[in-house]
Amino acid sequence: MTIRSRQIMALGSTAALGLLLVWGVIRLPDFGAYPGPYSDVLNAAAVAERHVTNIPSAVNFDYRAFDTLGEEFMLFVAVAGLAVLFREQRGRSNRKNPSVVQVSEAVRWMGSGLIGFTVLFGMMIVLHGSLTPGGGFQGGLILAMTVLLIYLIRGDEAFERLSRRAFVEALEAAGAGAYVLIGLAMLTTGGMFLENLLPIGRLRELDSGGTIFLINLATGVEVSAAFVLLFAEFLEESRKPSSER
Amino acid sequence: MNVLPYVIAVWLFLAGLYGVATSRNLIHLIVCLSVAQSSTYILLIAIGYRQGAGPPIFTYVPPGTPAVDPVVQALALTDVVVSAAMTALLLAVAVRIYKQTGTLDPQKIRPLRS
Repeated sequence: MTIRSRQIMALGSTAALGLLLVWGVIRLPDFGAYPGPYSDVLNAAAVAERHVTNIPSAVNFDYRAFDTLGEEFMLFVAVAGLAVLFREQRGRSNRKNPSVVQVSEAVRWMGSGLIGFTVLFGMMIVLHGSLTPGGGFQGGLILAMTVLLIYLIRGDEAFERLSRRAFVEALEAAGAGAYVLIGLAMLTTGGMFLENLLPIGRLRELDSGGTIFLINLATGVEVSAAFVLLFAEFLEESRKPSSER
Repeated sequence: MNVLPYVIAVWLFLAGLYGVATSRNLIHLIVCLSVAQSSTYILLIAIGYRQGAGPPIFTYVPPGTPAVDPVVQALALTDVVVSAAMTALLLAVAVRIYKQTGTLDPQKIRPLRS
């Protein structure tokens, strides 16, 4: 099939699908006139029930905690699949040449100054996930960025030392496993899987939210380790084996 | 009747889909898929929006202040994570395909043989 005929066919079918979709959405409630009762119930109940003030976090890590478990394991499986895909092809004995990157003074100075800030910011976003916007997913990604920042200013060798595969893999598995263990711990105390049975703490303080805080922390660890692993795999893939040079 | 944000979501979805169907480069194809997926963020957030309501975060405002739907926001977060994981996995597949076939053009990649 030539590219032109493919374009014409794609244009025709997307146009048809577009008409169908527009026909579907014009009957939706007006933008800004959301009628559903769930938001009212949750916005009214979650603050008193769980002592958290960031309601999307309460939804993710408490009311829909089981779904988020699936979400977290989807990330886990995706990173594992990526590692398998790369490593199978790469083999174990392949010696890699670390690439020598010239880093400008500006990048080095700016990067060095930003590392401390990024670590603190990431930790703040993870720890305050139940109180202010943020949470384990967002903060974990910021923490992973720190490692990438160090790669940017110090190059391969420092990155390798920071992202020792066995350690990062163990950290990722620990984060994902902790989520399940928190759920199972609730079972042993007579509750349901992932039911929030811990004391909910003081409102607007760090210890509020019961399991929400712990799950948030586990997610933060899992996500940051997962993304560091992701970078490490892609970086390794981008280097050429010494034999091919 | 105001459904413009929903129509924008449809438009983004279709633009991404058209790109996927006619792409001549696997990296471009993956970016198109991300564009199509980003339409779902707009759809989710737009559905939960309420005229004059604030964010569903009650750190500094008393509970009971009008707020948008927190459920769709949580879903959008899930959506972003799925998108990131999928993009990473697909890029890995693209790297692998390039190393095996020497091309990123989906037209030139021969079908899989058993």
